[in-house]
Amino acid sequence: MTIARTLEDACTALAEHPDALLLAGGTDLMVGINRGQVGFDHVVVIDRVDELRGWRREGDELVLGAGLTYSEMGRGELPVLLPALAQAARTVGSPQIRNAGTLGGNLATSSPAGDTLPVLAALDATVVLRSSHGTRQLALDRFVTGVKQNALEPEELIEAVRVPVLDGPQEFLKVGTRNAMVISVASLALVVDRAGRSVRVGLGSVAPVPVRAVEAEAFVDGAIDWDTGSVPDAAVDRFSGLVAEAARPIDDQRGTAAYRSHAIGVLARRALRRAFSESAP
Amino acid sequence: MSAGPYVLRVNGNDHEVPDAHLGESLLWVLRERLGLPGSKNACEEGECGSCSVQVDGELVCSCLVLAAAAVGREVTTIEGLAPDGELADVQRAFVEAGAVQCGFCTPGLLMAVDTLLDDLPDGGGDPDDLIVREAISGNLCRCTGYGRILEAVSIAADLRRGNRT
Amino acid sequence: MTDVRTEEPRTVQGAPRIGESAPRPDGIPKVNGSFAFSSDLWHDRMLWGGTLRSPHPSARIRSIDIGPAVAVTGVHAVLTSADVPGSPTYGLEHADQPVLASDVVRYEGEPVAIVAADHPDAVRRALDAIVVDYEVTTPLVDPGLAESSDPIHPDGNLIRRIHLRHGNQEVVGDVVVEGTYEVGMQDQAFLGPESGLAIPAEDGGVELFIATQWLHADRDQVAACLGLEPGLVRLTLAGVGGAFGAREDLSLHAHLCLLALHTRRPVKMVYSREESFHGHVHRHPARMWYRHHADRAGNLVRVEARLLLDGGAYASSSGAVIANATCFAAGPYRVPSADIEGVVVRTNNPPCGAMRGFGSVQACIGHEAQMDRLAAALGMDPVELRLRNVLATGDRLSTGQVITGTAPVAEVLRTCVDHPSAASLSGDPMSLPGGAGRTADPAHVRRGEAVALGFKNLMFSEGFDDSSSAICRLEGGVATVTCACAEVGQGFVTLAQQITREVLGVEEVVLAPAATATVGSAGSTSASRQSWMSGGAVQAACEEVRVRLLTRVADDRGVDPDELVLVEGRVVSLSGDFEADLASVTAEAIEAEVEFRHAPTSPLDENGQGDAHVSFAFSAHRAIVDVDCDLGLVKVVELTTSQDVGRLLNPLQAIGQIEGGAAQGVGLAVMEEVLVLDGRIRNASFTDYLVPTALDMPPVEIAALIEQPEPGAPFGAKGIGEPPSISSTAAVVAAIRAATELDLTHVPVRPTDIALAGA
Repeated sequence: MTIARTLEDACTALAEHPDALLLAGGTDLMVGINRGQVGFDHVVVIDRVDELRGWRREGDELVLGAGLTYSEMGRGELPVLLPALAQAARTVGSPQIRNAGTLGGNLATSSPAGDTLPVLAALDATVVLRSSHGTRQLALDRFVTGVKQNALEPEELIEAVRVPVLDGPQEFLKVGTRNAMVISVASLALVVDRAGRSVRVGLGSVAPVPVRAVEAEAFVDGAIDWDTGSVPDAAVDRFSGLVAEAARPIDDQRGTAAYRSHAIGVLARRALRRAFSESAP
Repeated sequence: MSAGPYVLRVNGNDHEVPDAHLGESLLWVLRERLGLPGSKNACEEGECGSCSVQVDGELVCSCLVLAAAAVGREVTTIEGLAPDGELADVQRAFVEAGAVQCGFCTPGLLMAVDTLLDDLPDGGGDPDDLIVREAISGNLCRCTGYGRILEAVSIAADLRRGNRT
Repeated sequence: MTDVRTEEPRTVQGAPRIGESAPRPDGIPKVNGSFAFSSDLWHDRMLWGGTLRSPHPSARIRSIDIGPAVAVTGVHAVLTSADVPGSPTYGLEHADQPVLASDVVRYEGEPVAIVAADHPDAVRRALDAIVVDYEVTTPLVDPGLAESSDPIHPDGNLIRRIHLRHGNQEVVGDVVVEGTYEVGMQDQAFLGPESGLAIPAEDGGVELFIATQWLHADRDQVAACLGLEPGLVRLTLAGVGGAFGAREDLSLHAHLCLLALHTRRPVKMVYSREESFHGHVHRHPARMWYRHHADRAGNLVRVEARLLLDGGAYASSSGAVIANATCFAAGPYRVPSADIEGVVVRTNNPPCGAMRGFGSVQACIGHEAQMDRLAAALGMDPVELRLRNVLATGDRLSTGQVITGTAPVAEVLRTCVDHPSAASLSGDPMSLPGGAGRTADPAHVRRGEAVALGFKNLMFSEGFDDSSSAICRLEGGVATVTCACAEVGQGFVTLAQQITREVLGVEEVVLAPAATATVGSAGSTSASRQSWMSGGAVQAACEEVRVRLLTRVADDRGVDPDELVLVEGRVVSLSGDFEADLASVTAEAIEAEVEFRHAPTSPLDENGQGDAHVSFAFSAHRAIVDVDCDLGLVKVVELTTSQDVGRLLNPLQAIGQIEGGAAQGVGLAVMEEVLVLDGRIRNASFTDYLVPTALDMPPVEIAALIEQPEPGAPFGAKGIGEPPSISSTAAVVAAIRAATELDLTHVPVRPTDIALAGA
């Protein structure tokens, strides 16, 4: 086991043990270890690496450390700068889970139900990867490649996530059958870029990976009256339908495909209405 | 595989952990190696909160903490809440309010409530019902329906503010 | 800030007695972490045990090869059915369940082999190494096909059929309503996992420390399986982390003892949460058809019902559950004519048995839905319809039994309905359906309100007529009470002290461990029976000690024993002539053991008629819910309840039972269901079997706890544990129907049932 103090420590340890498990909050990894389902030779503990913690602003981008916990996403200035991320973080698990679980962990697990992923998708996030060989950056849709699959190479760790600072409302809505500690049945992140006059929509739990409702976005960008910040009801209806079409949900023990498709349409309508007032048809 | 001996700081004391397996959770080590069975195991996957402890003052599920990775941290368990055999304010409050039935969720809940009260601003008044419910939303209780637990939190908040003795 | 609108729990000073909110004697150990639950047991020579379970709901076992497992480092024993020396099967009603499967497995999770090793990792490796050759067969999973399918067990697929016919069978009402309802499989989901420690004894017997509900029934079954005299199998209750019916059957008991006797070492076993879902019985899923007939004025004329419960692979207590469901199918109403058939069948689904409410929960869901349907058809207020028909003392049940005890049903309902609501329309998104998920649009949230009434029997029925024993020993002024009543969180330990103080006037009451070796059976901690039965036993034992003590002192002093009373640790003469300190007059101990019985009951005849029950308890709930109809998400905003309690023995503990039972009712209404597909559990974890968190549970307002002392009940007190879990579910579901105007017939109500209704 290596308890890394610096990013360099961590990269060196990974170079020596390419198959090592990376451990930050442990909220996914430890479940498998407790069940005896995860075999390993080496663990690299990265929850003390300063370079991975916290966040900083670089111009009109935010650089979020992979070690940022869900609790931290809801504190300080972050809820103002990234309201959708703070809202998503609040729906994760429980206070215990939120204190330990990290942004990097949510990405590394790459679950279709990962709560930050629709937000990152909507923000066109870039994932910053690091190893002893250097750094590379991948767009989110290149990083998460399938159900619990991602583009991490051996020896690599997630260093940070880059997202833009946008001027405009943000919404995150998540359907779950209980009010706490619930895995998302369907979720939606809506992010408005007023300067760019565009709306971006990320969907969760309705496809193997987080998806953008690209057609819905294109349609609604043109239907919104950007000067008054309003949009007619008919456009909201069409937007909702297009979002539902972007979803490719399945039946599982948490919900049916039919329900998920229906729900994602409802979430789309409500998110858009919260961001834009009703205008004349 | 073996982890080699390491030292954990629990409730203010250093404990050497010999003969450990690397994959052991903090919950396991507390209960089976350090003779501190107060933290409970009801699910071992972070879904019930009965294993809750404080690590560096933060409430976490000890079943999800790799014990060997907790080296250098301050761990506080239920056994560390009551100084020298007296009951802590939260413990007194739970007994007084009738918030203990089978008691399996109790240690984890007490850690959550202690953390909540620690985090409240000074003189913060009676914590709001929704804030309390959210603070304990990671602790399942199957016996009480949470009613007496909420009452206990109110009593404990009073005690902590010094309004009662 | 209290959620409970009731008088303050009566203050406790000194040594609290009956009627006071005495603090529990195990409260301090439970809050400081020193209380030993069964999973905390430790012996320094102990081995760890584990169980290999069938991955198939139905299969023949061609062979089991334990060789590779025996070879694993650290393994001390690998046992199969061939190693069971006594009875190969056990069971609460029928000994139909194998200790370890031999030639077939009948449910997913059925135990096939057990292992003892020096570390849980070695146990896991050994279990993985056992090779079982299964010939998978098609499972029987539809209870509707059970009776027409090939038997999956030598005892057949019908566990019990009971046909209740009461009154004139030809009568037809002016207004007739029909409905079919489905109740999903609920799990008790106690927090403390199945666990225990078995230690082999020098005399060839075994000591078993176990969390359970019924020590002596466990002992008798285990002894039979081990081929030992019951006296050689000594059970002691270890700390129990909740039960709710799931510990009434054996789980790991015989397995632990087998491993301990085989290895001659102490053996501990703890189930994981996933294993726990497979390792205990669940609440019976039910399909219920009802037809209610009334006259135009709203008087019930006739109730017909067909109830089908899925008992799963083994019988457990299914026979008693279906009897309850059938007896109470029509609800706490006067029903002059009834034709109710209850059937419980065997399938390859997970075995079902006792869970709080025991058949009455399912029945209440059905009868209350029907009463609302009838009210709508009559154009009548649902509360008025109920009040018109509620039972009272002197009325006859559909089993023909006349209620001779108290039955303040109208008062229970009225006080609940009349209680003002504290439910406000909250602006906080966290209070809306969807909570932190922020999904609700306040303009599209609909509020619904409804009332439900329920009842069931107290104690066991149909001539089972068990007893409870207790020993009271008074020595040196200290009373020691020994009773095998399983404390599972309900607070019997507190009550035992209160009763002893009440009768003997002592302050210090010591509770000896609950064990089979030291005292007779206390029966099961279930059926809301322990306050009556074990409370009665403790009271009677203390009373006998009191009489013998006063006789002793009276003889010494040459006075009439009727002149003497016990007050606050002293023997006092009423004339005021003398008093003596209790400690000094009990330097020589006085001890009494009493076996307490309730009034005898009768079996039900071939028409389901008979004086089968001892006593009944009634409850009402009013639920207010908010529903996001577009998404089908529900927030239970408030529950109000009234309950018929006979006499409040400990107000604070009563509140705890009432609030806790309501939470289980809310869970069944909106979120709890063990999802079984083709005989396999799809959600055997707390990730996907959802029980209410603090953010899901509303405040529970207690409108009234009606105290009409029950004749024959110790202190006049009725059991209070089950009613809170009976009418609560029905009320919440009815409130959701009111909010959505949908005819919801599946419980739990799922979001899709609301959001895609009519799709």
